[in-house]
Amino acid sequence: MEDNTEIKHTVDEIWAILDTIPDPEVPAISIVELGVIRKVKIENNVVTVNITPTYSGCPATERFKQDIRDFLKIEGIENIELIMQYSPAWTTNWLTDEAKEKLRIYGIAPPIDGTEDKGFLFQSGPKVVPCVKCNSDDTEVTSQFGSTACKALYKCNNCLEPFEYFKCI
Amino acid sequence: MIENDNLIHYLFRLGDNSLILGQRLAEWCSKGPTLEEDVALTNISLDNFGQARMIFSHLAEIENNGKTEDDYAFKRNEREFYNALIVERPNGHFGDTIARSFLFDAFQYHFYKELAKSNNEFLAALAAKSVKEVQYHVRHSGEWVVRLGDGTEESKEKIQESIDDLWEYTGDMFVTDTKIDELVKAGIAPDYKLIKENWTKTVEEVFYRATLKKPEDGYMQNGSLDGRHSEFLGHLLGDMQYLQRAYPDAEW
Repeated sequence: MEDNTEIKHTVDEIWAILDTIPDPEVPAISIVELGVIRKVKIENNVVTVNITPTYSGCPATERFKQDIRDFLKIEGIENIELIMQYSPAWTTNWLTDEAKEKLRIYGIAPPIDGTEDKGFLFQSGPKVVPCVKCNSDDTEVTSQFGSTACKALYKCNNCLEPFEYFKCI
Repeated sequence: MIENDNLIHYLFRLGDNSLILGQRLAEWCSKGPTLEEDVALTNISLDNFGQARMIFSHLAEIENNGKTEDDYAFKRNEREFYNALIVERPNGHFGDTIARSFLFDAFQYHFYKELAKSNNEFLAALAAKSVKEVQYHVRHSGEWVVRLGDGTEESKEKIQESIDDLWEYTGDMFVTDTKIDELVKAGIAPDYKLIKENWTKTVEEVFYRATLKKPEDGYMQNGSLDGRHSEFLGHLLGDMQYLQRAYPDAEW
């Protein structure tokens, strides 16, 4: 449906609106902090948002596409084009330090930079993922796959807390 | 346009590989031997479905005939599927599933690594993204092969039998036809000889650690690039496509 209402927002203001949309699965951080929003453009009265999904099968992708439309609609913006941008591929390096701290407080161990495996067999992630509850280094991986594709399961041998680790890709 | 025909054929091959393996692994949902394993197998299934969706969405754009990604998944018959034969093999017991996954994941990993260098922009992006996911898949299945092979007498016997039974389906992963050969020449598809070399090295390394024997290459099944499949694919599709066949265009 063509909507002729002129978009009065600036690109920065659109970014600010998007930054209020929580990640559907990890609501402690916004989809901007997650790094999935790659570009915002306003042209010919249309807002174009480039999205790079985290994992190709991530079910949250559909959800935040809808959320983007809903949140922008509240601000009176209805001419929206969402573009799936697959290259470059999403990486956990795009999470800001602030976002990582929010993850930790939320109870998910944030990805540890530079621990992406160079080889691919028999190297199960970083050597030490500190416990999110007691900060002990005495933790072990229980599964490389958690409640979502982006997380692995760990347990703390000190306080016995099971927790999730946002794995590096 | 011949070049486009070749690419369409190739996208079916790639999309079907991911879709059919995704469906097979999804059959484990709620039936995994442990909760962690249930979650792992279904997560891997989801990655495969995600890759299939990317490929079929792109295919829909290229074909531009009104079809959607769902049409490709739910409205084709067995003979119109081009997945490698190994991914349609039944789940069997856990060791059978692990053996199938490992043999295919190792292929998929080396395949995507090479495909990332494709001069086709979409295929390069798909591969660069997917290889990160498949790296976790092959590590998962590879570690299980070692655990089962180097485990108890019974687990070793079973996983060796699974590998021996699946071996005749491994050749088909590397088969090309004239259409794919043209894509290889054009720098769009990777060199399958190189992928086979890399795959063989990975398989040998894992089997060595698992104290398992690599089967001798004997007769290799083939035909999937012509749409010829085993009897198992039809049953898999019957399950996967039931809803769309019974209630066409049903939506959530």
